[in-house]
Amino acid sequence: MSEINKADNTMPQVMREIFSGGLVRTVISILLGFLVGALFMIGSNKEFIESLGYIFARPADALGAAFAVVNDGYGALFRGAIYNADAETFEKAIRPLTETLRLGAPLIAAGLGIGLTFRVGLFNIGGTGQLIFGMIFATFVATRLELPFVLHMVVALIAGIVGAALLGAFVGFLKARTGAHEVILTIMMNYIALYFFTFLMRDPALLQETRASGNPKADAAAETALLPKLLGDNYSLHWGLIFALLAVVVFWWLMERSTIGYRLRMVGFNPDAARAAGINVEKTYILAMALSAGFVGVAAANQALGTAIGVTPSSHANIGFDAITVALLGGSSGPGILLAGLLFGAFKAGAPSMQVFGVSPEVLGIVQGAIVLFIAAPPLIRALFRLPKPQTTNALESIRKRIFTRGGGSK
Amino acid sequence: MTTSKETEVKVGYKSPIVMGSIGLLTLVFLGLLGRDGMVAFEISRRTDSLQLPTLDIDSSLLGVLAGLAMFALAGFSLSKAIKNLKTPIWVSIVFGLVGVTALLGWLAAEKSVPIAFIAGTALVLAVPIILGAMAGIMSERVGITNIAIEGQLLTGAFMAAVVSSITDNFLFGVMAAMVTSALVSMILAVFSIKFLAQQIIVGVVLNVLVIGVTNFLYQQWLTEDAENVNFPGTMDIIKIPVLSDIPLLGPVFFENRITVFFAILIVPTIWFVLFKTRLGLRARAVGEHPLAADTVGINVGRTRFWWVTIGGSIAGLGGAALTIGNAGAFGREMSGGFGFIALAVVILGRWNPIYASLAALLFGFSIILRVWANQVSPGIPTDFITMVPYVVTIIAVVGFVGKSRPPKALAVPYVKG
Repeated sequence: MSEINKADNTMPQVMREIFSGGLVRTVISILLGFLVGALFMIGSNKEFIESLGYIFARPADALGAAFAVVNDGYGALFRGAIYNADAETFEKAIRPLTETLRLGAPLIAAGLGIGLTFRVGLFNIGGTGQLIFGMIFATFVATRLELPFVLHMVVALIAGIVGAALLGAFVGFLKARTGAHEVILTIMMNYIALYFFTFLMRDPALLQETRASGNPKADAAAETALLPKLLGDNYSLHWGLIFALLAVVVFWWLMERSTIGYRLRMVGFNPDAARAAGINVEKTYILAMALSAGFVGVAAANQALGTAIGVTPSSHANIGFDAITVALLGGSSGPGILLAGLLFGAFKAGAPSMQVFGVSPEVLGIVQGAIVLFIAAPPLIRALFRLPKPQTTNALESIRKRIFTRGGGSK
Repeated sequence: MTTSKETEVKVGYKSPIVMGSIGLLTLVFLGLLGRDGMVAFEISRRTDSLQLPTLDIDSSLLGVLAGLAMFALAGFSLSKAIKNLKTPIWVSIVFGLVGVTALLGWLAAEKSVPIAFIAGTALVLAVPIILGAMAGIMSERVGITNIAIEGQLLTGAFMAAVVSSITDNFLFGVMAAMVTSALVSMILAVFSIKFLAQQIIVGVVLNVLVIGVTNFLYQQWLTEDAENVNFPGTMDIIKIPVLSDIPLLGPVFFENRITVFFAILIVPTIWFVLFKTRLGLRARAVGEHPLAADTVGINVGRTRFWWVTIGGSIAGLGGAALTIGNAGAFGREMSGGFGFIALAVVILGRWNPIYASLAALLFGFSIILRVWANQVSPGIPTDFITMVPYVVTIIAVVGFVGKSRPPKALAVPYVKG
């Protein structure tokens, strides 16, 4: 009897906790982002603009045009990124989903890296530079060494991770040693890495394709070093996805369960308190930057070993920057980044099919930007939707305990 | 940000060491191991009425002389360091000029160096960076980190091109660019001041958003109807009478588009306001110690808001300089990292408008130098020349060339309480 009463009292508090939590805010931000994108699609649609001329006479025309363009645009996105119902066979219909997974994988891995620095109170804007360094190392192993199948790929993957991590650790070292701000250091490193990579790809003795032409381009990765296809030759999806998922598991374990993760989070929460507790904050910064870049290195290996054509200076595909938005949307948690990476991977996969419908896929860039803009300012969303302030109670946790703990959670 | 007490008391020997090493590299690689052949430095342009003779010198001799001059400057820096004095900034500037001259001479062995052309183009290329850096300085001096300069430049570039094309009037284009960029800045200001959002994140996100919006409109609208909405052309080049006839200085400084003149004027103006007026003193107080500023009755939020916003409008003008001041049309993501360079320039210039502009010229120079080096001596790995300013920025932020100290309250939201 008393048990039930207690539950009744906690219910409103539970709702308040749910609505003040990150999940509701994230969902609202994503919906608002799509809304902003829809407005841009409508605003730039010719039929809609023409119908505006007689909007008071026949408002249905304007509404119809608006609905049609949004339906076309997002419909094409769905068909291009998840399931194409128009395809003749199931194998072809499901192909878009595999593309989403393939393009989402590097975003997930790199997003984990950027998210890790957020948890330590650092900003790693240098995903691009670290990715490029990882690609340099991975490409070197994949094109200049001869190793047996699988082993070659594993060595190249590790080389990619190490290459990226070295650059990250260097930035961490400079920050720890001199107090220079990591944002500036990482942005500068992006450019230095890019020009260095381009230089390497201009010289046949270094990384340039052996049948040298003028443009900077590297040899294709050796077949033994390529990431094997996951679902046979009909799909481009490869083992990069598995490595990204493994990275999520490693990230979760590292951050939530290991001593290192505890130390990292503690520094992120309050560096002064961490220092007082005997943690070497400077060393932690170096470690955090190295680990962060290491995750980015998984994405680098994905880019360098994922396709059988050689890498070029643009092979980083802006993943280093997109990873920032992935980490923000994912709330810097492993599962969150997994979902956020898949969402933005779907954007990349669906873009070409939107083009077919006459909707510029660039609108997805707006959606992406708008989503993270709303995510970046929790008070804005709370004010717009009159959501409650963050709750410091744990009514939700007590229910969770009651359900998931043996013996009803009684202490 | 942690600074140990020792570094504040002792100047240290980092500057002379760095200068000495660069001097040694110059002496060996550009001088002793340098390229033979005479270099002609053309002071006058071939079209000038007054023709001055070219300065001819052997390329490797120039390298040796430059290396020795750099040693002398390093020695001067050392003598200051022994007395525990900082290396004056003019030493760094002269050092940079000597190094640049040696590099030009090395690249153009057996050829000639059109000084006026290179310097003039460097200035034109530097204008968006200078104006972007002014936005950065104005915003960071009041304590708001501005990573969104890239987005502000891009907004300005887009609006200037589109509005100038539609109205057929450059003035409207410039005004639209300034107003819209100010609006983008307002988002940064409001999110940082009112919603206490992480300023670096808001900045990064604004860049993503502006790139998204301009890419979309470019693809959907500007490419479809380029003749009507993206065909502004460039503004006329204005020749200032008498002054533009001065050899070298005339063509570089006094024969330009209005955006360049504006940049030349705005830099000392901002410097004056920031350091010589009560307005600037208040702004700096807000950036250094908002609580103290609040205590003496300065409205911290309002000061921050207006400085960030007005800074944004100046960046908008910088964007206009990209389109109607140089390229003549808008191109996809045409700011191409200039905003991030401006960010570096702010730090390299120690949050000082004049030093920042000099740093921006270094970047502008490195861009034109790459293009020109490809023509004058193909086969030289120009990627390294392009890399130099970024490396210099890193050397500067890690404190080898004098400590650059940001405003104390940078990126710290101020909550009245």
